Amino acid sequence: MHKLLTDQPGATMVLLGNEAIARGAIEAGVAVATTYPGTPSSEISLNFFQISQESSLYFEYSTNEKVSLEVAAATANSGVRSMCVMKHVGLNVAADALMTLAYVGVKGGLVILTADDPFMFSSQNEQDNRYYGKLSGLPVLEPSSVEEAKNMIPYAFELSEALQEPVIFRTTTRINHSTAPVTLGKIQDRTCRGDFAKDPLNYVTVPAVSRKLHVKLLANLDKAAERSETSPYNFVSGSGAWGIICNGVSFAYLSDALRDLDIQEKVKILRIGFSHPMPPKMIKGFLGSCEKVLVVEEGEPYMEEAVKAFAQEAGLTLPINGKGKDLFSRLYEFNPRLVRQVVAAYFGVPCKLEPMVDLSNIPEIPQRPPNLCAGCSHRATFYAVKKAAEGLSTIYPTDIGCYTLGFLPPLGMGDFLICMGSSAGTSCGFSKVTDKKVVSFIGDSTFFHSGIPGLVNAVFNNHNFTFVILDNGITAMTGHQPNPGVDMGLMNLQGYGRISIESVVRALGVPHVAVIQPYKVKKSIETLREAFSFKGVSVVIAQEMCTLYAKGAKKTKSRAYYVSDKCRNHRDCISQLACPAFYLDAERVKIDPVMCAGCAVCAQICPENAILPVKA
Amino acid sequence: MSDITRLIVVAVGGQGNLLASSVLGEAALLAGIPLRMSEIHGMAQRGGVVESALVFGNAQSTIISDGEADVLVGFEPSETLRALNKCNARTVVITNLSPLPPFTVAIGKGVYPDIMELEQLIRAKTARLIAVNAVDLAKTAGNVLSVNMVLLGALIQTGILPVTADHVKEAIRTKTKAAFVDINTRAFDLGFEAASRQ
Repeated sequence: MHKLLTDQPGATMVLLGNEAIARGAIEAGVAVATTYPGTPSSEISLNFFQISQESSLYFEYSTNEKVSLEVAAATANSGVRSMCVMKHVGLNVAADALMTLAYVGVKGGLVILTADDPFMFSSQNEQDNRYYGKLSGLPVLEPSSVEEAKNMIPYAFELSEALQEPVIFRTTTRINHSTAPVTLGKIQDRTCRGDFAKDPLNYVTVPAVSRKLHVKLLANLDKAAERSETSPYNFVSGSGAWGIICNGVSFAYLSDALRDLDIQEKVKILRIGFSHPMPPKMIKGFLGSCEKVLVVEEGEPYMEEAVKAFAQEAGLTLPINGKGKDLFSRLYEFNPRLVRQVVAAYFGVPCKLEPMVDLSNIPEIPQRPPNLCAGCSHRATFYAVKKAAEGLSTIYPTDIGCYTLGFLPPLGMGDFLICMGSSAGTSCGFSKVTDKKVVSFIGDSTFFHSGIPGLVNAVFNNHNFTFVILDNGITAMTGHQPNPGVDMGLMNLQGYGRISIESVVRALGVPHVAVIQPYKVKKSIETLREAFSFKGVSVVIAQEMCTLYAKGAKKTKSRAYYVSDKCRNHRDCISQLACPAFYLDAERVKIDPVMCAGCAVCAQICPENAILPVKA
Repeated sequence: MSDITRLIVVAVGGQGNLLASSVLGEAALLAGIPLRMSEIHGMAQRGGVVESALVFGNAQSTIISDGEADVLVGFEPSETLRALNKCNARTVVITNLSPLPPFTVAIGKGVYPDIMELEQLIRAKTARLIAVNAVDLAKTAGNVLSVNMVLLGALIQTGILPVTADHVKEAIRTKTKAAFVDINTRAFDLGFEAASRQ
């Protein structure tokens, strides 16, 4: 039985934050869960995926976050408790649905989890999604620890049902990917079937209907504010004339800092966990009892600005600070030492900091950036594109997935990236106003997610570029999740459709379509050259299963290669491919037989044919 | 800060950092010691660096700031060196000596540090360095992949963590694959013994 289904209320389990959240949803009797994979949220959905295979939970990997929210919006409006999970930028994709869903509301509870990523550990930006609460008018809840994350989920569902609105549940990477002991609670029964009662004048959001619904939303917001005032998740701890207002993981760093600085009797902390709407009376009361206040929040001055406005309303003029010089930055994440330093300086107390080790005489250590795996089909495709484009002046719009790593040297296959699917749309723009050959890259999952509209645009508006779809049969970077193009049979799962990318591309009327097997280097280069010389939209689909996924699914006929004595030390292999299976031994190139996946791309490019298969 | 022990573990993706951390987590639970951990996921499979922070005792933070690690365990020597920013003069460092040069070295974009110079630098700047050839010991134990257990053995031998060898061995029994428990336990013992001789 899946460990998160353990029916032992009171038992302790050491869980990852994401596991704790999934467990919280199970305890709340969640019946429908939808997602598009995105770090740092991916383990939540992985656990739902596994649990759905042995319980009545319905879980799906939706095409993109907008679809995942639409699915959940419908199930919630049919009275079924639903949860929609995504990373922060995913909420941008779902925002169109979110904004008007707020007007319509829900019947069964709907929790929308946004996993924010301060410091952009694995994201293209570090946007602060608390603002989505303000923008949409929906409540926002934020845990400060792994345990609290679990406990807050059932509360979020109850809040959602009490207000008849979706609730935004906001985490950050340090909650999702921290581990701590958690006490299990009771598992509520799950109600899987619902019903939808016709009520078009409250559901079909034409202007006349929406004008009425907006009034309802604002009334719900007032109700939410009342609940925020008395929520157990907004609380004051400690005592003293100095005040700190904080949220999220900062609360953990502050708890440690106050103890380390020995000022627990002098400072009281207002921890905000129900951060939209903020609780005005509670905050004004807190401010009124402080001499000065420090606002400690990662990201934007969201709370700081709200708190300053409340102070003005209450006629209070005490110093309130958060972001600024010698205070906190809007950039990146916080850490315990930083918080300790700023708190000590702000309140004028001594802070003994253990000096760090002197690093000035440490030799430069070679970088270890993430690299495409040994045998990755994307490396083969990029090499072929590079060769086929020799002599051309190029622009390489790229997209989000493992293949993004191809932009690093020595491959250099990536010139512009802003969001999921941007490869397609930006290719249209670049090719329209420049004279460079535009070749763009997109993966299979990203293609379904948001690449298709850009490709449709290219055909309709008669653009001119080559679109390379890197189809490795899985959503790889986020941990090998399914997408509409994968073979679910490999996961031993039935009942799924399967969409052929080639069929979609041809159905769109793309005038030049070709398929390559990237491990076949020479043929791939020829096919790409043909596509590059085509005037109009050309699509080349590179089909080869993700080597890591293939290994796991036991689909490889892994035969390693080795560098024979014929090697003249040209180093073409290393300098052009930089496969991580290569290493240097006394200035000679060698291949690690454990890492080598046997793709034989290096063997095909070696001018001496010195790379040979290891005999069985 | 004295009832808190802060441990940083750095490794190259694939070396078993996360499994070692989960074994320590279970050991802490058995020992009744509060433990919070954090990891940076995602790049492990792609050969990047995996760093875990483990905070034993009654702290709320799950991450460890620069200069605040009590112990640093490095599964790969250049990564141990790279993680020195987490250390102060009182930090105890345990490192594997078997290098895994990053591909940047192979393409000529970096020079792998000299191991003896690396050891000297770490010894000079921290309280103590325990250096073991964890790959050799892992092979002796029966599987080169038990490098992580060798280093756990060395770590527990220092006595700095509030968990005992028995706790960790029980955790190995429950948290690692049944088929590998014997090898993992042997690897742990070899690492423990190697550290005791330094």
